[in-house]
Amino acid sequence: MAATWQFALFICMFLMESRGETPASDVTTMTITNLSNRTEVAPSSGPGNNSSEGSTSLAVVSWRWEHVSTPYLVALWVLVSWLCKFIIESLPSFVTNVIPESALLIAFGWILGGIIWAADLQQTFSLTPRVFFYFLLPQIILDAGYSMPNKLFFTNLGGILLYAILGTVWCAATLGLSLWGCQAGGAMGALDIGLLQYLLFGSLIAAVDPVAVLAVFEQVHVNEVLFIMVFGESLLNDGVTVVLFNVFDAFVKLGGPGINAVEIIKGIISFFIVAFGGSLVGLAFGLLVALLSKYTKNIQIIEPGFIFVLGYLSYLTADMLSLSAILSVTFCGVSSQKYLNSNMAESSVNTVRYVMKVFANGSETIIFVFLGISAIDKTIWVWNTGFILLTLLFILVYRFIGTFIQTWWLNQYRLVPIALIDQLIMSYGGLRGAVAYGLAAMLDDQRIKEKKLMIGTTLIVVYFTVILQGLTMKPFVTWLKVKRAAVAEVTLVEKVQNKVFEHSLVAIEDISGQIGDNYLRGKWKIFEEKWMSRFLLTSEARKKQDYIFNVFHQLNLKDAVGYVDEGERRGSLEFVRNESAFIDFKKKFGDEFSEVMPDIMAAASDDPDAMRRNPVSSVSLQMHEKTMQGMRETEDIDAHHLLQQHLYKGRKQHLHRYSRNHFDINTDDNEVQEIFQRTMRNRLESFKSAKMGLAPAKTITKHTKKDQQQKMPNGKSTDTSKNYYANNEGFEFSEGASGLEASGGSFPFRVNYRAGAGIENPTFMPDQDPMAPTQIPPWQAEDEPDGSTVSPSQRAQVRLPWTPTNLRRLAPLRISNQSTDSFAQADTPASQEKDKKWPPPPPPPSDK
Amino acid sequence: MGSKSSSLNKIPNAQELMQETGFSAAHILRLYERFEFLDVDQMGELRPEDFGAIRELSMNPIGDRIISAFFSPGKETVDFASFVRILAHFRSTETNRTRDGAQPEPANSRTRKLKFAFQLYDQDRDGKISREELLQVLRTMMEMQVTEEQLQSIAERAIQEADLDQDDAISFDEFRKSMEKVDIDHKMSIRFLS
Repeated sequence: MAATWQFALFICMFLMESRGETPASDVTTMTITNLSNRTEVAPSSGPGNNSSEGSTSLAVVSWRWEHVSTPYLVALWVLVSWLCKFIIESLPSFVTNVIPESALLIAFGWILGGIIWAADLQQTFSLTPRVFFYFLLPQIILDAGYSMPNKLFFTNLGGILLYAILGTVWCAATLGLSLWGCQAGGAMGALDIGLLQYLLFGSLIAAVDPVAVLAVFEQVHVNEVLFIMVFGESLLNDGVTVVLFNVFDAFVKLGGPGINAVEIIKGIISFFIVAFGGSLVGLAFGLLVALLSKYTKNIQIIEPGFIFVLGYLSYLTADMLSLSAILSVTFCGVSSQKYLNSNMAESSVNTVRYVMKVFANGSETIIFVFLGISAIDKTIWVWNTGFILLTLLFILVYRFIGTFIQTWWLNQYRLVPIALIDQLIMSYGGLRGAVAYGLAAMLDDQRIKEKKLMIGTTLIVVYFTVILQGLTMKPFVTWLKVKRAAVAEVTLVEKVQNKVFEHSLVAIEDISGQIGDNYLRGKWKIFEEKWMSRFLLTSEARKKQDYIFNVFHQLNLKDAVGYVDEGERRGSLEFVRNESAFIDFKKKFGDEFSEVMPDIMAAASDDPDAMRRNPVSSVSLQMHEKTMQGMRETEDIDAHHLLQQHLYKGRKQHLHRYSRNHFDINTDDNEVQEIFQRTMRNRLESFKSAKMGLAPAKTITKHTKKDQQQKMPNGKSTDTSKNYYANNEGFEFSEGASGLEASGGSFPFRVNYRAGAGIENPTFMPDQDPMAPTQIPPWQAEDEPDGSTVSPSQRAQVRLPWTPTNLRRLAPLRISNQSTDSFAQADTPASQEKDKKWPPPPPPPSDK
Repeated sequence: MGSKSSSLNKIPNAQELMQETGFSAAHILRLYERFEFLDVDQMGELRPEDFGAIRELSMNPIGDRIISAFFSPGKETVDFASFVRILAHFRSTETNRTRDGAQPEPANSRTRKLKFAFQLYDQDRDGKISREELLQVLRTMMEMQVTEEQLQSIAERAIQEADLDQDDAISFDEFRKSMEKVDIDHKMSIRFLS
């Protein structure tokens, strides 16, 4: 679904773009339109004639290329770019491990460019500033802001701002001045560029590109402080660069003599207003999205769309007000993420995350490929060795110098200073990318005669940094033994402890009477809890927003997945019944039950290593048991949903896709009808059978279990185990209860199943026999349409997860379905007539 | 100020304290000022009530525990030297390099920091965090809306994660082990102003 969205949106975007541009018919317009003009020639001579003649008679089918040419070509190019990525991903891993993806994409761009050039279509493809800044960049920045690790970001905000603002100005100024000096010294031949133009060039080339940086650093896994420093800097620095560029551009327009002290001061003021104004606009939009998400419960389907639309609007609004659009969309993402994630339904949260990645990754790919293709534009290649080499040299040198000076200053105030090695990597990580190129393409060639040289140089700088520095980054990091990021294995103890640390730091600052970071953070927390959360979060979300609680939830989810995965690995969830579960039980109740449950104990001790080999599953089971005891009423925050979703699945898969508005599973009338009929019939059956003296259908409620126990004095082993379950409050199981117990159902059913399979008392056979096929555990019964027990969970990963509301609604129906299902199948002819599509259940596997 | 340099003499054992804790003279002075400020009745000792008077601290969920950490068992007051010694746990390790090896372990070492954190839980000082103790901490720190059952299952889970010897409690060694990957120096240091 996400991919379709992305695709459709892209097409819309480009369509809008081409419409807006056509009247202007600029030279630098989206070049795809050029191509479309070119290709139109061919069809008009051929089938195109049909349509002209068709004015008199009706044409059955007509060739209407010109109607679709623009979106068609756009879509094609998107496809081609993505195929490049696809090819790259399928390259052998030793290539992709060594060469960063961005570099490979650029290389592919070259190849594509070469093909186009060979086909004599040169000069038609290039990344125009308009396409880049309005259709490719926003989603990347939005994604970066939205997935920003907020705490880390704000903890290091001081440093990031320092690098982003001062560092950028430093780089722009030194580069401009040095190049100018070199020109005056005669290092560049007959070049004649004014100081202002050099400064303008310096400002555009100072943009460290978040796309390139992310692409490289994500593969390297450096420690988080270093990462956030480089990444945060590159993100904010884009905004700063654009602002700086605009200021210098205005200066260039004014011309040398027009600039006096007043203008310079105005420039500086506008720099800050543009930067901070943009951030504020973003903040406002972010809070707006957050507020909106509080009320979108009823339109869950388009709920995830708001952040995209409003994020884009914040970008455009800031741009309209001539504020920094990049900073705006960054802060829109940063400020809204927390509230969105807690307000929206879990499926929407996943959708947003996923679609965000699709957008960002998609346009990132396109950008890099097109950066490569841009190289075929022959007109930009004005070679000036001095200019190009000096630019490369100065960029590198001044970045190092700037970083070292700033870090030295910063370290005076930092609690944990930034290590020398980290500084090296930080300097070396100054990759330039598409932003610089986009800005260079925006240069006004009326005023800047050497625009082409500048574009060419920018491209070379981009290639040089992305490919060469990107390539050497990983060996560098390994060689310098840069502290890597620890493998992020969240544990609850750790998270609890982190919280304790936080609080104690605040307390100690209070006691020692200083106003430090922690003090401010504490204040902010209180403020946020008091005001922001109240206005921006739904009441349920506020309930769940506690950090520790979230981690707990995540861990439970992970356990559940691990538990199911483990089951899949072994071919079924059989192991739950045979091994770890009973090992757990053995541990706890072994003493009491070892004599009454000999077979179970034997089964458990068959594989004593199982638990040690699979600590996850055993822990999860323990948790499972505990949570069942503790959290029966609050089932919606529990991992059991996931379990249930993985376990009970079946024929509903395909149905929901028909609905555009709902994911509700039971919207389909036939299905509801069917379930209803089945349930009713089964109830009738069970009623009948109970009357006839068979064991009652609903063996799973506490009371009936006890009844049953009395009825079956012979089945000693099963009785005691049942007794155990019945006595354990956690396994109380009643019809009509909510989703939690549905998954818990595996426990009683297991017992049932054992009762069926493990019959040892021949005298009991006649009674039990008709029930034997009924002892199919629900997961198997449900899985049968798929022909395997494994596939549903795999599909579950593909599907959108169900929302808790759905589950709760669904659960009673399902339970009643399951609990009586067996009887329907016992009554073989009737049920098989009814459910022809269901193959008969296989006999229960014997575990002896 | 001239008064500052003179006031260093007024602090008992100032030099020793600096030596022991690694605080600079300016730090000690500043902390002493704070100490005197908190010490309302000028006894040269702080009582729990003096800490309680800090308004922000009363809003801190684990404020009480932090306060009681300042008092060694059985004592009702804390003097300046102990006050500084406790605070020294929160110095960052990196600024500690110049120390000679004479002292076995400075207060801001990893182990000592962890020990301090551990004692925040271990209220009965039996060397173990029992489930009940963990639950108490959780209860004070979690938001109101979380139910008791949820808290219990969280505590249960946390204990299970760290508990290696299956005694249903977290000993200090287990605690340290579970914190192995955490950058304690990052998480449990503040920048003392001088």
